[in-house]
Amino acid sequence: MKARLLLEDGTLFTGTSFGAEGNSLGEVVFNTSMTGYQEILTDPSYCGQIITMTYPLIGNYGISRDDNESLRPYAQGLVVREIAEYASNWRNEMPLSTFLKEYGIIGIAGIDTRMLTRKLRQSGVMKGIITTGDETIEALMEQMGTPLMRDQVARVSTKSIHIAPSYGKRVVLVDFGAKHNIQRELVERGCEVISVPYNTPAEEILRFRPDGIMLSNGPGDPKDVPEAITMIGKLLGKVPMFGICLGHQLFALACGADTVKMKFGHRGGNHPVKELATGRTVITSQNHGYAVNPESVKGTGLEISHIALNDGTVEGLVHQSLPAFSVQYHPESAPGPLDSGYLFDRFVEMMDTFAARKGEGVHA
Amino acid sequence: MPKDPTLKKILVIGSGPIVIGQAAEFDYAGTQACQALKEEGLEVVLVNSNPATIMTDTNMADRVYIEPLTAEFITQVIRKERPDGLLPTLGGQTGLNLAVELAKQGVLEREGVRLLGTDLRAITNAEDRDLFRSLMNELNEPVPESVIVQSVEEAVDFAGETGYPVIVRPAYTLGGTGGGIAHTEAELREIVDNGLRYSPICQCLIEKSIAGYKEIEYEVMRDANDNCIVVCNMENFDPVGVHTGDSIVFAPSQTLSDREYHMLRTSALKIIRSLNIQGGCNVQFALDPHSFQYYVIEVNPRVSRSSALASKATGYPIARIAAKIAIGYTLDELKNPVTGETYACFEPTLDYVVSKIPRWPFDKFVSANRKLGTQMKATGEVMAIGRTLEESLLKAVRSLEIGLDHIALPDARQLDDATLRERIRVADDERLFLLGEWFRRGHSLEEAHQLSKIDRFFLHKLERIVKLEQQVAEAEVLDVDLLHTAKRMGFTDKTIGRLRNQSEKEIRTLRLAHGLQPVYKIVDTCAAEFEAETPYYYSTYEQEDEVRKSEKKSIIVLGSGPIRIGQGVEFDYATVHAIWAIRAAGYEAVIINNNPETVSTDFNTSDRLYFEPLYKEDVLNIIEKENPLGVIVQFGGQTALNLARDLREEGIKILGTSLEEIDRAEDRKKFEKLLNDTKIAQPPGAAVTSVEEAAQVAARLGYPVLVRPSYVLGGRAMEIVYSESELRSYMEVAVQVNPEHPVLIDRYLLGKELEVDAICDGEDVLIPGIMEHIERAGVHSGDSIAVYPPQSITPEQKARVIEITTQIAKSLHTKGLINIQFVLFKGDIYVLEVNPRASRTVPFLSKVTGIPMAQVATRIMLGESLQEQGYDNGLCPESKEVAVKVPVFSFAKLRRVDITLGPEMKSTGEVMGRDRDYARAVYKGLLAAGISLPRFGTVVATIGDKEKEEAVSLMRRFHQLGYKIVCTSGTADILEAASLPVERVHKLREGSPHILDLIRQGKADLVVNTWTRGRTPERDGFRIRREAVENGIACLTSLDTVEALLITLESIHMSAEPIGQPAVGARSAVLA
Repeated sequence: MKARLLLEDGTLFTGTSFGAEGNSLGEVVFNTSMTGYQEILTDPSYCGQIITMTYPLIGNYGISRDDNESLRPYAQGLVVREIAEYASNWRNEMPLSTFLKEYGIIGIAGIDTRMLTRKLRQSGVMKGIITTGDETIEALMEQMGTPLMRDQVARVSTKSIHIAPSYGKRVVLVDFGAKHNIQRELVERGCEVISVPYNTPAEEILRFRPDGIMLSNGPGDPKDVPEAITMIGKLLGKVPMFGICLGHQLFALACGADTVKMKFGHRGGNHPVKELATGRTVITSQNHGYAVNPESVKGTGLEISHIALNDGTVEGLVHQSLPAFSVQYHPESAPGPLDSGYLFDRFVEMMDTFAARKGEGVHA
Repeated sequence: MPKDPTLKKILVIGSGPIVIGQAAEFDYAGTQACQALKEEGLEVVLVNSNPATIMTDTNMADRVYIEPLTAEFITQVIRKERPDGLLPTLGGQTGLNLAVELAKQGVLEREGVRLLGTDLRAITNAEDRDLFRSLMNELNEPVPESVIVQSVEEAVDFAGETGYPVIVRPAYTLGGTGGGIAHTEAELREIVDNGLRYSPICQCLIEKSIAGYKEIEYEVMRDANDNCIVVCNMENFDPVGVHTGDSIVFAPSQTLSDREYHMLRTSALKIIRSLNIQGGCNVQFALDPHSFQYYVIEVNPRVSRSSALASKATGYPIARIAAKIAIGYTLDELKNPVTGETYACFEPTLDYVVSKIPRWPFDKFVSANRKLGTQMKATGEVMAIGRTLEESLLKAVRSLEIGLDHIALPDARQLDDATLRERIRVADDERLFLLGEWFRRGHSLEEAHQLSKIDRFFLHKLERIVKLEQQVAEAEVLDVDLLHTAKRMGFTDKTIGRLRNQSEKEIRTLRLAHGLQPVYKIVDTCAAEFEAETPYYYSTYEQEDEVRKSEKKSIIVLGSGPIRIGQGVEFDYATVHAIWAIRAAGYEAVIINNNPETVSTDFNTSDRLYFEPLYKEDVLNIIEKENPLGVIVQFGGQTALNLARDLREEGIKILGTSLEEIDRAEDRKKFEKLLNDTKIAQPPGAAVTSVEEAAQVAARLGYPVLVRPSYVLGGRAMEIVYSESELRSYMEVAVQVNPEHPVLIDRYLLGKELEVDAICDGEDVLIPGIMEHIERAGVHSGDSIAVYPPQSITPEQKARVIEITTQIAKSLHTKGLINIQFVLFKGDIYVLEVNPRASRTVPFLSKVTGIPMAQVATRIMLGESLQEQGYDNGLCPESKEVAVKVPVFSFAKLRRVDITLGPEMKSTGEVMGRDRDYARAVYKGLLAAGISLPRFGTVVATIGDKEKEEAVSLMRRFHQLGYKIVCTSGTADILEAASLPVERVHKLREGSPHILDLIRQGKADLVVNTWTRGRTPERDGFRIRREAVENGIACLTSLDTVEALLITLESIHMSAEPIGQPAVGARSAVLA
């Protein structure tokens, strides 16, 4: 079946449809990871976006029960050069196209994804519509006028509070669209994880007497969730805090820094990030369309701890006086390199140190 | 960390001659490294014995030594040059082994030379099986259950416990030499016995077989600051059990989920860190297709064949970056030369699929065992890039130049199902094509998987190709959609035509009418995330084309494709020189080639690189795209010439000698006429089209005669026959003779062979040098030792050679290079062969004469005469120094191949020996070729009847040098009759202990065997020769080579001689 992808600049790609049928509007972005399409599709951070995979063969190893990063895929659509007709892997349970169909996500295959990527790189990310229907271009262009959603966090965040109990450090995970692997990493380190909705007030969070606050990744513009910025501001200094991706941006905003939208963002599993303290560079998994403005960091009490090697973007912040830090990339990987898992260790240490100091304070 | 300021001068070791397992990839690596070091202002000293390399060009290093790669010679270079550091990791296993040797001898420490890139501990930890295993255990990285053995019994005990099959891997050998999979105790005994002999430390690893696992490779880099990246991962089509050099490989991995990908990536990084490697490293894994269980199979702590492939597959220049790291830079401060903006500290991401298919020499070695196992057998490889796996794979297939443009092998149709099943179960070089046949017969994917253990994903892709074939064949009309689909899956116009009963041309016309033309996309390391500067392109059938051209006119050079016997790295050398000359002349040089191992396919070499099949359709598409001033076909060997014929039909302009003239040299009849017209003699002969005609002609000429099919490459299927019965069997078995494919019969003139490479601009003829072959005519020129300048011809003979060369070159209106082979028979000079193109001696001769022959030739093609270039007519003054080019063979890797030298070329590489006189040059040449020259020892001689006379004097000379001579009865009788002391040994049929036992027990230092009759494996001569090769003992099959060796031995080893008895008269005079 035929499918089309129309960009807001009028560029039209014609290919074949897979997954669901219909019509879907979103921000068209590209991801350069060669593996990990399942994790990407189920990463809630992609809510509202149409994902182009630059690697041409997608779906080769099918879909496995264990590789979802949330309960369902959230992307608005998937664009590939070729969707695998046949998937081969011992964990494969169904083809990618079936998975997308189940969740009503539209895919388009057979188009020149490299041309699309080059266009996005040159012009920046833009709106686009995938359709399996036969609307006229004019009609589609008109539909293009619909503003993009801005309530993605509300859509993807948990609606209720739930707990993964343990006797270890108690971490409140503020779910802006958290990937499962953040929780897995914490649980692996013996932590008890209480996941709370994005708009949970600070007071309610403190009532859990947490040892640490984990600010998760999530979709969209951080400025679209002002309530979270307020909440983070109130928690700062009271409990050790670790922010990832959107959580990092919200942490920066709460400290008084500013964020900006990037031209086409960083999405892929091969991004070098330099840790300024050690001079070491690690390869990271990234997915962000916004970034902290480095100029705005001055005078906020924050310090830039990590930068993207290639374009100098802020990739990590640490508070100079309070037990709080954040990174723009994904130390939880899934997908991507496992090189940054040590940041979770650092968070656990921070909670230990903080608890010890608090203990001393009590007994002094 | 910036460059280490204490390093001023660096010694780089090359990898020596091309052998199976170590090919042109190290010329590519070494060239990149030298350039990378030189641009840092360092003084580079290079040692390599292989003259046919770009890296040994004088502009690549400050000082180039073409000397034997032995510790002794390297030590001399070190003492002379006093380098600060030694970089051995770009010279393959040869480089590493030498570094270990030099370090162990204390040379490095004594001379204050630092080992760069990788420390000794890393080399030994990765290479020594025992140390490697304990390191992996320490790291908690799984390795297959195994045992290190130093005797056959230990191996048998281990296998008794774990069960068969087991894999045998000898320590410190190239390309798995001497290894294999043993399914039974008998096999195990044989392989281990062999393996222990090949291992320089007499050690083998016996490993539980994990055949059937997925084989995955990671190319990793690390710097001194512990930054680590993965450049590329690759997945083998063939599961574990087939040597990775013999496997079809895809990049990136195709069937690994993100978790599997990163599990192995993490392991690879852990390993490179623990080995403290500063540079590149290759880690091979076996991954269970049913779980997360994996094993580390092998680690190469150096740049390897896979890193060359990974460099070309991703655009990331591994060798270049490794060289920078070795001198102190860190990855995060080096720019990624592809983008010019981003840094080398990142992981390339691909937006295409890369396929590699090995090129095997079985077309030459018909009798060789074609089964694939842990012993690598391929001489070269091709790589192809596509946006679908099918496109990529089919492009690779037609790059192989084996007469196929699709996964269809015409002969396969005749196979019965049982044979087909068996050949799918046990891998050989044709399995890919047989799988095509399998699906064409409608057999199931599942059964193919059960038989071959090849991942279903890949099998599905093959099945899909076959299904599309059927669709194309059965469609009522070939509409634009179906045609587009077929093109996107990589089908050639010819294949589509075959399926539709239409001609290639018809399909092409239809395709162009539909506007279906390929676009060219860039290989940019980053999937278009950043703007790339690399002019590195591949074709595909999509929307956007990315070729950027300047205002300058372009010239296309056709490369020479995969390395094979008869067409080696020499042709890439000439190709690269042509590109340099074109660029220097102010044109844009465009190269089309598909060999990932070469310098010509480095994106820095040309203005535009099209990594494409050297196949008519693909080349035509590029020509249409480029609209060049012309195409140069002289440097790409037979590959480019064959293409030129196809291109002529399309009216493409060929620069240099015209095709009509090339045909005059290659077509028997036209060539005869040419020689007749110019009164030049050639051995009498004729072209025949039937067996009877052959017999008549041969009888008229008189035996022995030389027979061969017309249009040959590297002397394929050429033979000397001595009788009518031999002739008949040759005509019936070896060739298909018919009026379209005549067979040439010439009288075999047993004389001295001479060879000339000349350059002609149509008017003047420059002869850089004449070479004389040590082995008499009948041994393929590529397999004989060539000597420059000639040592034994008279000035008159030389003048005649010059005269003939000039005449032929002029009458062919040669514009560029021409190679002529002569035989000197009873004082007269005959022309054997004329090749109006670059020959394999161009690099050798360029190096010894200092004339950049391929560049001079290219400038002629661009319109600059020899005079304008400052060259005179005639033979250049000959140097006082003597240089020899010695062929190197890979017989140890190829079971069941007869090593006897004959008219069919068998060597895979070459070395050069150069010194002030003949004997010293030969000494260096033989030593560099790996022939040891012991001061005394045992020579085992079995001489054919025809040569017994001649052999007596040679054997006497061995005796005088102090060698013990061992022979079987026939030879012994003759030698004893000539009063030489001989030790007798049993012939095979006389029972053990016989001659083979003697060789096997290592009691022979040299084998001389000229029993050339009956080249079947059952014959004694064949078995003796194989036994020698498999035991690593030099085996000479030509008495000419023996004589050269003797001259050398006599000149370097002092022999003890009694002083002369004074005459009686003199004595009385003293007493008086």
